[in-house]
Amino acid sequence: MTETLLKVDDLKKYFPISGGIFGRKVGEVKAVDGVSFILKKGETFGLVGESGCGKSTTGRMLLRLTEPSAGTIEFDETLLTDLSKKQMRKKRRDIQMIFQDPFGSLNPRYTVQQIIEQPLIVHGLGTSKERSRMVEELLETVGLDAYAASRYPHQFSGGQRQRIGIARALAVRPKLIVADEPVSALDVSIQSQVLNLLKELQSEFKLTYVFISHDLGVVRHISDRVGVMYLGRLVEVADSNMLYVSPKHPYTRALLSAVPVPDPKNKSNRIILSGDVPNPAHPPEGCAFHTRCPLAADICRKVRPELITDEQGHAAACHFI
Amino acid sequence: MKRKKINLNLLVGCFVLLFFLVTMVVSFFYTPYDVNAIAVSNKLQAPSSAHWFGTDPFGRDILSRIMAGTQTAFFVGSVVTLIGVVFGTLIGGFAGYVGGWLDEIIMRAIDALMAFPGIILAIMIVAVFGTGTLNTAIALGILATPGIARIARSGFIQNKQLEYVSAAKSIGVHPLKIIFREILPNIYSPLIVAASVAFAIALLAEASLSYLGLGVQPPDPSLGRMLKESQEYLTTSPWFTLAPGITITLLVLGFYMLSNGIRDLTDHRSK
Repeated sequence: MTETLLKVDDLKKYFPISGGIFGRKVGEVKAVDGVSFILKKGETFGLVGESGCGKSTTGRMLLRLTEPSAGTIEFDETLLTDLSKKQMRKKRRDIQMIFQDPFGSLNPRYTVQQIIEQPLIVHGLGTSKERSRMVEELLETVGLDAYAASRYPHQFSGGQRQRIGIARALAVRPKLIVADEPVSALDVSIQSQVLNLLKELQSEFKLTYVFISHDLGVVRHISDRVGVMYLGRLVEVADSNMLYVSPKHPYTRALLSAVPVPDPKNKSNRIILSGDVPNPAHPPEGCAFHTRCPLAADICRKVRPELITDEQGHAAACHFI
Repeated sequence: MKRKKINLNLLVGCFVLLFFLVTMVVSFFYTPYDVNAIAVSNKLQAPSSAHWFGTDPFGRDILSRIMAGTQTAFFVGSVVTLIGVVFGTLIGGFAGYVGGWLDEIIMRAIDALMAFPGIILAIMIVAVFGTGTLNTAIALGILATPGIARIARSGFIQNKQLEYVSAAKSIGVHPLKIIFREILPNIYSPLIVAASVAFAIALLAEASLSYLGLGVQPPDPSLGRMLKESQEYLTTSPWFTLAPGITITLLVLGFYMLSNGIRDLTDHRSK
């Protein structure tokens, strides 16, 4: 039953930096630099990292909203990276995305009905009557009233709009949903509602998620497996419990130590990272994290550690594990 | 609980333009006097019950000529606006959406067109294709295109990075549909305003061209040329200036108010 649905191999995205009057290429930002992971059917893969670490770019590349510079994406036994633009448009039926900004992701000119039925129309599903019924069902599925269909996005709150976005993603019954920071723009009380909705939908529709977030608590709540990204690379990948209980990579440990614990007596040892994330246009030699790593030694400055998986399936890229 | 707010702009704008549209339609079938009937003995008469707006230096009835002049005004204004909006939106939208070097090339060409003194370019076009009402309108339409292209381009650039465009792409919507069905409706408001301005400028530009003898040719009535012809008689027969002047002002104003009203009507966010 644990079939592989998505296989990402050595995915890269380099954005050119152009300068001068002729727009010559003077360098490149390695936004994503060799990301590989495997996702099984029905699983949720959480992708965490600081802003600018390339997690959103990775998510967009899965749908080829951003064209990868190199690497392959195999989805459901099809090599997405080999498809033509036209074939890819058809394939999009199986992969949908939930966006971060519930205010920008819905076209303000369309009614909710038009927004949700759009994917159905694009992929030629149902007659107009059937589509209206489906929209009604979808709205109920995501916890909105059916009369919402005739309204415009601006008449809803952030949480409700995110539900509309989810309904749109569900409309074509996709196999994979890439959720790019789906709750980070919402109030905390609304976040948990939307997260629980996503979980319910997952078991109801047998969905597979790639869940992108900078919030470790949120990712733990929803993910089966978690990948931690730093400067365009995965530094640690493990089952959710394993990662949170016994993190291997010093970066993961620092991130986890920063999660607040709701207990005033609990004096946790926070690992404070000094400095900023290095400029991805000029990433450090060797291990990208060595500039901020408390364990950094000579070898880290010279040799880039590979992502090594142990027998329990816990992978980390560090010389000291 | 919907409380309807009266859209004063739309109401007044519609009313004024409707009035002139009716005037124009009527003028096709009926004017008080023959538009081009010369009666030198009647020249430069003050407004009276026989000639409501007086007569011009050739003794022609000004009211009749203004009624007929609205035909030219609407024709030139519509053609100019149509050319400007259609080509401006296509060019600007394409450049803005596609971006990259294509955008660079298109916009530099637009810049070159804009850097050219407008009236000289219009004269050049008219000189090549000949004078006349239609050619004047086409020349002015070409002039109106760059400004609208820029507005369309900036609208497309702003909107293409919004997530709803990504959302449409992720659904699998065809790029042409994204341009016309997703983004375009979101930049109607600035385009409508630009179109109304283009219409107003067209009326005035047509007058300038006619003044130079390159626009509407006599004896076809044109509000702009009437204004110019009246200059010499400004002190002795002010009604000759006032009638076409007020007509142009009202037409431009009416169009402006209509466009404001439409913007208020279509912009869901401003409610």
